[in-house]
Amino acid sequence: MANWIPLWVHKLSSPPNFYRFAGVVRPWALALALITGAVALYGGLVLAPADYQQGDAYRIIFIHVPSAWMSLFIYGVMAVASFISLVWRIKLAEVVAMESAPIGAAFTFITLVTGSLWGKPMWGTWWTWDARLTSELVLLFLYLGVIGLYHSFEDRRQGARAAAFLAIIGIINVPIVHFSVNWWNTLHQGSTVRILGPSKISGDMLWPLLTMMAATKFYYIASLFGRVRTDLLSMESGKDWVKQIADAYGSASAASAGRAGAAEKESKA
Amino acid sequence: MSAFLAMGGYAMYVWPAYAVFFIVLIADYLNPSLRRRRNLRELRSRMARQAARQQRNPTPP
Repeated sequence: MANWIPLWVHKLSSPPNFYRFAGVVRPWALALALITGAVALYGGLVLAPADYQQGDAYRIIFIHVPSAWMSLFIYGVMAVASFISLVWRIKLAEVVAMESAPIGAAFTFITLVTGSLWGKPMWGTWWTWDARLTSELVLLFLYLGVIGLYHSFEDRRQGARAAAFLAIIGIINVPIVHFSVNWWNTLHQGSTVRILGPSKISGDMLWPLLTMMAATKFYYIASLFGRVRTDLLSMESGKDWVKQIADAYGSASAASAGRAGAAEKESKA
Repeated sequence: MSAFLAMGGYAMYVWPAYAVFFIVLIADYLNPSLRRRRNLRELRSRMARQAARQQRNPTPP
């Protein structure tokens, strides 16, 4: 592999090391997600004033928009990790790509459902085939395609390679989702939060939105690391480090409950 | 409090949206831990079978 990559990256990307690292980071990421999420919810549902046009219905924005951002962000992470896994054959990148897909699909699903629940009172319809809504639906199908392709191969590494190709090709949809509100005449409003220039939203509403964005990012880390840990264990199930963990897990659960013992008896019978 | 729950008449849209958000994310979060527990249990029973086989015939064919 390229020698400009620092040594600690190599060390961290070895499965047992990353397993341990992710185990340490995960509870902290979840705690941060819960705290920032609670603050954002209080700010959004209680402190922020009602909208002068939409009344209280606009409060769906505090979950709809962060979820939509995450649906695109996670797709980007998945595509980059897929690219790395195809070029350098790093097992960890492959696992990150394939385990990002269900989380991204979850956020895309939330975006579509909450958008629908917001569209009904404001637009008078649950769904319309306009550019933003349709491209977001295509995003969900891309996620489902990646997940399905990954699981349709007997050999999971082969499946991951095929799914990684699909993930990379599908990245073309991400700018389409983002710019759809500018490129086409749609029912969906344009973006109100801008990185360049002032946002078109009041500060009382902006800070809960940005805090919720941070919360969803932390949540993504927590969920991804949990999934990666699980996947690394089953991928490396023949290795010694996994056997040690299985041993420790068995004795811990046998001490607390008799279930593991019962399972063992079953397997012997 | 009841004014807060009423959401200015939009309760039937706002609260289901929040419910979907939390239910989907909780399900997403719990899924890997359940999978992990099952995998480890299977691995342990496989290890136990292997150990038993080795005890019966110490020299593998």
